[in-house]
Amino acid sequence: MVATTPPTLLTGWGLTMPSRAQLVDAASVDDVVTAVTSAGPRGVLARGAGRSYGDAAQNGGGVVLDLSALSGVELLDDGDVVAGAGAMLSDVVALLLGRGRFLPVTPGTRFITVAGAVAADVHGKNHHVDGSFGAHVRWVDLVTADGTVRRLDRSGPPEDVALLDATIGGMGLTGVLTAVRFATIASPTAFVRVQTCRAPDLDSLMSLMVDDDAFRYSVAWVDGMARGARLGRGVLTRGDHAQPHDVPAGSLGAATMTPGAPTFEVPRIPFSPLNRLSLAAFNEMWFRKAPRSRDDELVRLAPFFYPLDAVGGWNRLYGRRGFLQYQFAVPDSGGEVVRTSLERLAGMGAPSFLSVLKRVGPGRPESPLSFPIAGWTLAIDVPARTPGLATVLDDLDEQVIAAGGRLYLAKDSRAVPATIAAGYPGLSAFRAIRSDVDPSGVFVSDLSRRLQL
Amino acid sequence: MTDALDRPTSILVLGGTSDIALATVRALGSPALRRVVLAARPSPGRDEAVESLGRDGFPGVVAVDFDAAATASHEGLLATAFAEGDLDVVLVAFGVLGDQQDFEDDPDLAVAAAQVNYVGAMSVCLRSARHLTDQGHGTLVVLSSVAGERARRSNFVYGSTKAGLDSLASGLADALHGTGAHVLVVRPGFVRTGMTSHLEPAPLSVTADQVADAVVSGLHRGSTVVYVPAAMRVVMSGLRHLPRSVFRRLPI
Repeated sequence: MVATTPPTLLTGWGLTMPSRAQLVDAASVDDVVTAVTSAGPRGVLARGAGRSYGDAAQNGGGVVLDLSALSGVELLDDGDVVAGAGAMLSDVVALLLGRGRFLPVTPGTRFITVAGAVAADVHGKNHHVDGSFGAHVRWVDLVTADGTVRRLDRSGPPEDVALLDATIGGMGLTGVLTAVRFATIASPTAFVRVQTCRAPDLDSLMSLMVDDDAFRYSVAWVDGMARGARLGRGVLTRGDHAQPHDVPAGSLGAATMTPGAPTFEVPRIPFSPLNRLSLAAFNEMWFRKAPRSRDDELVRLAPFFYPLDAVGGWNRLYGRRGFLQYQFAVPDSGGEVVRTSLERLAGMGAPSFLSVLKRVGPGRPESPLSFPIAGWTLAIDVPARTPGLATVLDDLDEQVIAAGGRLYLAKDSRAVPATIAAGYPGLSAFRAIRSDVDPSGVFVSDLSRRLQL
Repeated sequence: MTDALDRPTSILVLGGTSDIALATVRALGSPALRRVVLAARPSPGRDEAVESLGRDGFPGVVAVDFDAAATASHEGLLATAFAEGDLDVVLVAFGVLGDQQDFEDDPDLAVAAAQVNYVGAMSVCLRSARHLTDQGHGTLVVLSSVAGERARRSNFVYGSTKAGLDSLASGLADALHGTGAHVLVVRPGFVRTGMTSHLEPAPLSVTADQVADAVVSGLHRGSTVVYVPAAMRVVMSGLRHLPRSVFRRLPI
């Protein structure tokens, strides 16, 4: 029996653009099949932890499946993990750490689901070395529109591999994932050996990052509010898993990370404490507290990978009107777009914190909607209420596209269809696969309707 | 879906040739807007509206036949419009002003005005509300009038039709709370448009563009009621509470 609740207003992590859907708790794969085969005119969509920023996990007027009951996680002898679609990465990490292993790829939060990681084909600080999450997937179980449960194996027949690749980064539009098997990596200790460098401006930061390939993990925090000579100043942190001989004896047994709730929860407040002054001060402090240059610091995994996970509901800090994250990737030849974006957004005085700049390795052309392409990616948070934001972002879209870049669907909440089509030349191939496996359009989202995917 | 920056992708205008309606469509224009449906009776004015929006770069502008008084035709029209894609904004912008003396001389004229301003509007509001609820998002923008707030000797027939519409829309706003669909009730004062060009502008009169801007900012804020100009809220609050004997003697 499929449990249903009253229709619910859903938003993404940015808290913008709510729509109402029928939430259905699926307790089993059979429940998923039932929901898919009995879909109404507004279709069905699976929702993970709701950490995409815009409308990717919403389906106004339709059914939204909650798969949190499918949360089993198992570590196999060969080091692979088999996880239910609704399992949280935090649960996977908690299991792996005790066995000296870690996720092959993790985004900046561990509070997302395994299926969400596949559907958005998330990337992490090691993308330039290890690629995106999808590169480590062995197989997935996918409930397609006809109600069959298909195991799509990386080493299976070509049509299965094509559907698997379309599902990686496919934003839930090819079917409902119910289980995933993926590889893991060794993490012999609970620490990362970190090198930190402070860069006074964008040129020095970007030139520091050119030799990122020597490090497994690399990410730069950029002061999105600094202007003029300090434009693009940032703090670059790079490192790799610490080996047992790196760690003082006595710390070795401490390889754990709590899977549960954050340590601090942002209260519900009617106004936003984030404004130009408070965020400029925050950015200044973040920059100053970083060492000018420091080698071989031992940092625990949680603060290294998930600094914001310590603050629950930090998205509420932006107030009732919410916020959006503008994230694009451009090839190396389009590096100037990074500068232009920072100039335009800092220039309009939009309060922004924790802008992130990263090198990106080769993408997955076989996954038509997978975001990463080799070069640079920049992500900037901006309150939705910022006056003039629409025009600035529309202008930046044009430059991203002109540079051969693209926007990240998991972050988008305001692009137009033409921008997405121009950035993802594989979109027509994706549509062909989708119309083949889902001819009547059962799987839809507010995102797919808005962007005509 | 209206995007995170409150830009609709699609608009249905019922009464699609009115000055206020067209000004509102223009004010809501953005690269995100890709579909505008102007529902109105066939007329050179409607053709001109489609053409001028097209000239100004609005994509996907189409006209459909709509008669506000022919309520039996409304369901078909709305079902078709919604079946062709989600509608982010439905703007109810039709109405007849008429002449108070004519209404009193020929009550059939007054009944006809009520058929359009109140009955016809009720028909499209209730039907649109159901479609918006079914899609789980969207805003019904209803052009009311401050004339509906307190009936004046000089135009109480028109005022009463707007009073009925305003009550309906306000109640609908509450009914839709939590459904993902919203209602925005717009209460302009005297608007200098084609409909009022034969009249002497009242104090605090506004242009169609000012009404349009108020609609845009009401959508941004998620308001349920906006007055145009905003000062009209205070004025009307005062007028509502005046003793009848005083109110009757006011030259308004």
